[in-house]
Amino acid sequence: MKTRLTGRVWKYGDDVNTDVIFPGKYTYSIADPREMALHALEDLDPGFVAAVRPGDIIVAGKNWGCGSSREQAVVCLKEAGVGAIVARSFARIYFRNAINQALPIVTCDAVDGVENGDEITIDFAAGTVKTPRRVFTFPPLPAEVLEIIEDGGLIPHVRKQLGR
Amino acid sequence: MGKTFAEKVLAQKAGLQQITAGQIVTVKPDRLLTHDNTSAIAATFRKIGVARVADPSMNVIVLDHVTPAANETYAISHQATRAFVAEQEIAAFYDIGEGICHQVLPEKGHAWPGAVIVGSDSHTPTAGAFGAFAAGIGRTEAAAVMATGEIWLRVPESIRVQLHGTLPARVSAKDVSLYLIGLLRADGADYCSVEFAGEAINAMSVGERMTLTNMSAEMGAKNAVVEPDEKTLAWLAGRVTQPFAPVYADADATYASVIEMDTTTLAPQVACPHTVDNVAPITEVAGKRVDQVLIGTCTNGRLEDLRAAAEILRGKHIARSVRLLILPASREILQAALAEGIITDLIAAGATLLNPGCGPCLGAHQGCLAPGEAVLSTSNRNFKGRMGSKDAAIYLGSPATAAATALTGVITDPREV
Repeated sequence: MKTRLTGRVWKYGDDVNTDVIFPGKYTYSIADPREMALHALEDLDPGFVAAVRPGDIIVAGKNWGCGSSREQAVVCLKEAGVGAIVARSFARIYFRNAINQALPIVTCDAVDGVENGDEITIDFAAGTVKTPRRVFTFPPLPAEVLEIIEDGGLIPHVRKQLGR
Repeated sequence: MGKTFAEKVLAQKAGLQQITAGQIVTVKPDRLLTHDNTSAIAATFRKIGVARVADPSMNVIVLDHVTPAANETYAISHQATRAFVAEQEIAAFYDIGEGICHQVLPEKGHAWPGAVIVGSDSHTPTAGAFGAFAAGIGRTEAAAVMATGEIWLRVPESIRVQLHGTLPARVSAKDVSLYLIGLLRADGADYCSVEFAGEAINAMSVGERMTLTNMSAEMGAKNAVVEPDEKTLAWLAGRVTQPFAPVYADADATYASVIEMDTTTLAPQVACPHTVDNVAPITEVAGKRVDQVLIGTCTNGRLEDLRAAAEILRGKHIARSVRLLILPASREILQAALAEGIITDLIAAGATLLNPGCGPCLGAHQGCLAPGEAVLSTSNRNFKGRMGSKDAAIYLGSPATAAATALTGVITDPREV
């Protein structure tokens, strides 16, 4: 994982659920991550897919990723190029899914200090999110969890553990 | 200092004397529940590079989400799951028609007091109605559990919900759930274990308790639990073959919060579009036109739910403007409802019977909505686009509310029909 990430903000509200991040009607019919990316945020922000650029950062309110456990709601954003998600809080299965896909997630209130299109910098080592208006701090992830992200996600992590 | 249910059951499983909320522990779950996503999980499992699942007896696989296969893509997915089951010699496989995984899991004896269950579905906490610790996980994580037989879990903080009093006529566990979600909001129990207790819970059937634990996912809970009693043990008798020891929270356990609620004067509740915590008493939404009514799913597809609907619809006919879909949660429930004459009554009233499974709840088949349409559903989610068009409106309510609404074609207070 990079220690710093600078990217352009996509700002969203509270309680964004996995049905609007990746609609349920595709969950058993689309298996290719690149095809998943074409439907990212389709029912919330239809303009997202065409305009997202690699390294962009989603900044949201509370309870990002609530609802269904579908992991495609992480994979579609990662494939679309999202570099990190910063939210006031995350739904717990989404939180685990993001770790397992090695998509960096940051829990802090940066949504209070950004507008759409702002450039912000996440410093994972220092635990800060710098926005044009102020600097937000966040607690580090537990060591066990950080190790999974640093290994590149749960599958590489388990392969390492099992010596494969 | 006393311990919560989650602290006690996870300490036991982790082989530790004592643990506290916030700690991360590694446990070997008793069961891993997967459904139609098993084919995708199997593909990820193969990437890990181990040939065999760690413990085939841990796996419970139920095809329920899009069953029977709606098209060739789904058929290929089901085929891959069946091949994986055969290859890995997994005994607990339930093919299409058996029912919804959260119902089939306990019916077939895979949930018991004190068990730790993880499942690749967000409504896995349903099994907490039997005194199990049951939590949802993602697909990749399910593949890792298959390979290693283990999972890390953060020991959750706990919320105690004490329900006092009795439930009025035509007010049910679903109304209690919706009221609590409206109160706590969609993230009110994020990461938490929710313990349900009190005389209103004791009075509920096991099926009603499953509605409460099922809906706890909509307040963000990691798991929810109802302490086992004689009703639990009677329900499990003849299903669970192995010995088990129920785990109870200590009386002096530490809770993040304690919620006291008297259900005696509760009115039927409805969750309005497009979030489950957008809850109003039925008096505020009565009169809204609907095009479809869905009674069933893992939330409210049990015998008591179908019975409540039949009690309102028997000898009458649904409004001409409405389509009524009945979706029993399992084959066992469908058979019991047939034996009781409930299905005959519902069909005579104009209902369309769907096979046990997830049906239109996730918007993949069997009754999706067109733009501008509205549905009153007994399911657990009303997110935008969930049941088809993103321009459709989903209202959530109890089976009694759904039946009353089907009669009139507009959202109707079941106490008034």
